[in-house]
Amino acid sequence: MRPFGRTRPTEKLPMGRYVLKRTLLMIPVAVGATFLIFAVVFALPGDPITALAGGQHVIAPSVVDALRERYHLNDPLPLQYVKYVGGLLHGDLGEDFNGRAVSSIIAQAWPTTAKLALTAFVIEVAVGIPLGIWAGLRRGRMVDAGVLAGTTLVFAVPIFVIGYTFQILFGINLGWFPVAGVSDGWPVSYLLPALVLGLFGLATTARLTRTSLVETLSAGYVRTALAKGLPRRRIIVKHALRNSLIPVVTYLGIEFGGLLGGAVLIEGIFNIPGMGFEIFNAIKQQNGPAVVGISTLLVLIFLVVNLLVDLLYGLLDPRIRHV
Amino acid sequence: MTTHSEPLLAVENLTVRFRAKDRPDITATDDMQLTINAGECVVVLGESGSGKSVTARAVMGLLEPTAVIASGSIRLRGRELLGPNGGFDSVRGTRIAMVFQDSLSALNPVQRVGAQIAEMFVVHRRMRRNEAMRHAIDLMGQVAIPDPHRRARAYPHELSGGMRQRIVIAMALALEPEVLIADEPTTALDVTVQADILELLRRRAVELGMGLLFITHDVGVAADIADRVVVMYAGSMLETGSVRDVLERPAHPYTRALLDSVPRLDGDAQRKPIRGSLPDQTALPAGCLFQPRCPLAVAECQVRRPALVHLGHQHSAACLLIESSVDEHQEAADVAS
Amino acid sequence: MSDPTSVVTGTPQVSDDRPARRRSVLRDLLRRPGFSIPAAVVALLAVIAAFPAPFAGLFGHGDPTACDLTHSGMPAASGHPFGFDIQGCDLYAQVIYGARPSMTIGIVVTAATLVLSITFGLLTGYYGGLLDTIFGRVIDVFYGFPFMVAAIVILTALGSHSIWAVSGTLIAFSWPTMTRVMRGSVIATKNLEYVRAARALGASNTRIMVRHIMPNAVSPVLVLASLMVGGVIAGEASLTYLGVGLRAPSISWGIQLNTAQSYFLSNPSLLVYPAVFLCVTVLSFVLVGDAVRDVIDPKTR
Repeated sequence: MRPFGRTRPTEKLPMGRYVLKRTLLMIPVAVGATFLIFAVVFALPGDPITALAGGQHVIAPSVVDALRERYHLNDPLPLQYVKYVGGLLHGDLGEDFNGRAVSSIIAQAWPTTAKLALTAFVIEVAVGIPLGIWAGLRRGRMVDAGVLAGTTLVFAVPIFVIGYTFQILFGINLGWFPVAGVSDGWPVSYLLPALVLGLFGLATTARLTRTSLVETLSAGYVRTALAKGLPRRRIIVKHALRNSLIPVVTYLGIEFGGLLGGAVLIEGIFNIPGMGFEIFNAIKQQNGPAVVGISTLLVLIFLVVNLLVDLLYGLLDPRIRHV
Repeated sequence: MTTHSEPLLAVENLTVRFRAKDRPDITATDDMQLTINAGECVVVLGESGSGKSVTARAVMGLLEPTAVIASGSIRLRGRELLGPNGGFDSVRGTRIAMVFQDSLSALNPVQRVGAQIAEMFVVHRRMRRNEAMRHAIDLMGQVAIPDPHRRARAYPHELSGGMRQRIVIAMALALEPEVLIADEPTTALDVTVQADILELLRRRAVELGMGLLFITHDVGVAADIADRVVVMYAGSMLETGSVRDVLERPAHPYTRALLDSVPRLDGDAQRKPIRGSLPDQTALPAGCLFQPRCPLAVAECQVRRPALVHLGHQHSAACLLIESSVDEHQEAADVAS
Repeated sequence: MSDPTSVVTGTPQVSDDRPARRRSVLRDLLRRPGFSIPAAVVALLAVIAAFPAPFAGLFGHGDPTACDLTHSGMPAASGHPFGFDIQGCDLYAQVIYGARPSMTIGIVVTAATLVLSITFGLLTGYYGGLLDTIFGRVIDVFYGFPFMVAAIVILTALGSHSIWAVSGTLIAFSWPTMTRVMRGSVIATKNLEYVRAARALGASNTRIMVRHIMPNAVSPVLVLASLMVGGVIAGEASLTYLGVGLRAPSISWGIQLNTAQSYFLSNPSLLVYPAVFLCVTVLSFVLVGDAVRDVIDPKTR
């Protein structure tokens, strides 16, 4: 081990090779992630079937045997994993204890979740970034303090508490939004849940934009831009914002995973029949395979989104392509 | 002595103070004077904390929000830049330009260098992108960047320090300003590169008839590039004159000590640092600022702050001892006549 | 979970100061009301969590398990300031006792994550090489998991609802981020002058790591840790609320909120009291963390 050895100089990759490299790097991560899920569910000591059943289902021995066969539990472990992955690639995520194919559950539920997550994301970006810019430009003044205080509150109150409060406040008391369900279609039924879902991300985006902008505005090249006599507006938009939005974009990509996770809670509270709702119910019914199957898919989606964000980041900040 | 033409840049009685939260104000420059004529290079020489960078930034109108210009005037060709009708916005980049010390932080990391130069033309001359780019590449050639077509598409972090500094200089020279301020542009560079950059600046200044205001702490650099030298200490001007006068026949004890502190190859190679430290700039003494460290100080130096005394052709220094010796000469001359 | 702003914005700034500044940090902190008030609340909650009995007994009926179904859902009465929950237990006592698992998990998880991250961060940042690459991949894998979803999978598959399972899961998803920050901080410190000096003087690798690098690289993760506690508590509450976290007979705010969900129209107090306590707890920790960051982070000094 040579902690102080010379570091090799890195070369700059053109965009195409950068894309290839990051994509290839994603594969071992995807393998690792699916393996981790697999290991946790199937490879830990204890009988996975009973664990998945949560001790509440009483399963007839014949069914147990069938399930063991179904999940290849009688095969050696590595073979199990291979068959599991094989199944994944074919879109086969197993069946739940009610006999439904998990993949069909997903096929029904995913458009709803997609609509919810996208609406939340749009709210985050459309409100969060301008709010952050406003606070950053008016640093130290009322707007800034207000944004900081508001975002702190959002961080402090757990999302499901906010969900309830809004549901009671805006849905029941004020009647502005439907209380639950999707009967009013998009966007009406989705607005309140999407707002709650996106609130945390909105707060973080606003804060991040603000901090990043404040930092950028004190950077050397902004001073140069001033020395060049460029108009203030151009400096803010073309130089400061472009640079300060880079960490925000990175965060937004990661945040998407948070949306997927938070959807579980929000869909539960607001009765939105998406993937999160299915997980929520599956947990209540102790329906293990459904939980695992849907979660696996969400993880894979998240990985792909991460990859896309990485690529976008490489496009925005050429310094990163040296890695 | 009156001059027929207005100096290019005239700074008079400039006093800049910095507000601090729970401390008294720091006086960064105190009654600073400076003139630059066209085609002339004036070097402001001083240690860190002498107020030289603050002066440079004040001339550009780029002081921090905590800075207060307590008094003074800055005139570009007679036109006052300070005050409510001040015109910094209209002259920055176009008539006065600045080259900063750290070229890496001075350039936008996510924009190609050619575009950064071209921006000057796009914004100030309303040129189209392509035409601006052509001008930019042309400029890069003028600052001796090899293969400018290819280099224009590079990002700042891909270039060497010397190359980057040339880009910054090209940006500053783009619109052929009348005054160029260079704030320690070579401090971060190798000595060999430094020589090239200095020569480049000198040549372009002469070619364009620019006034060059050069800030440095390096005596050698001053010797290399200056026409005139201004020696600053703790915010005040202690000596000013032609480069030969100040560096070869320094009148002020501080200037002498400064020159002595640089080890020479052809003489005593001993280091002779100046003992003591800078005065507290939140509470400047009433007397001479250099007095606590001056080997020639007398009692009166603690009491009275000397004004600049005219010694000869454009050479002045602020020292009581010089005052008295000039007075003696004057008396002798009076007596003789 | 907690505000990741300071982490994502850029490389961690390492202050070149010696550890002797630590004492003045505490003094700076205590001087701010933004720290001392929430810190006092946190201290109070810690005491409540450690010794719930005297607090619960303040109104005379301090046993949260003394439940009488005939009192189910009844409003506040003398000796029962919050009324009764669905099982007929004194709601006030329930809420007080609910502090314990939350605080415990919050502190234990944060402490464990801190220890793991400092260790791994030091090792990977200092030695680099193969170790760093392997850890980097592992961290990437963990990064690839949306927290809630992954926690659900793990807890479901484990089948256990013990405090250890929940804590372990939370630790498992907190250490990657913190380790990354520590690693970055170590790398930044590694190249500072006095580390090179120590090396030139012949100090062993371990000594350099522990005595020289760690005290100065540790600031960003301390900040992160103080911001993290609130998030951990909120995370545990969320998991418990979902049903994969703690379960009866444990007493936890998450459980109380879960039950309250079905009754909030008729019995809002079932929701309000635990929610308020949970929010105040998380908010206090978040404010403390914010204050710590404002004082420690060299960038904002």
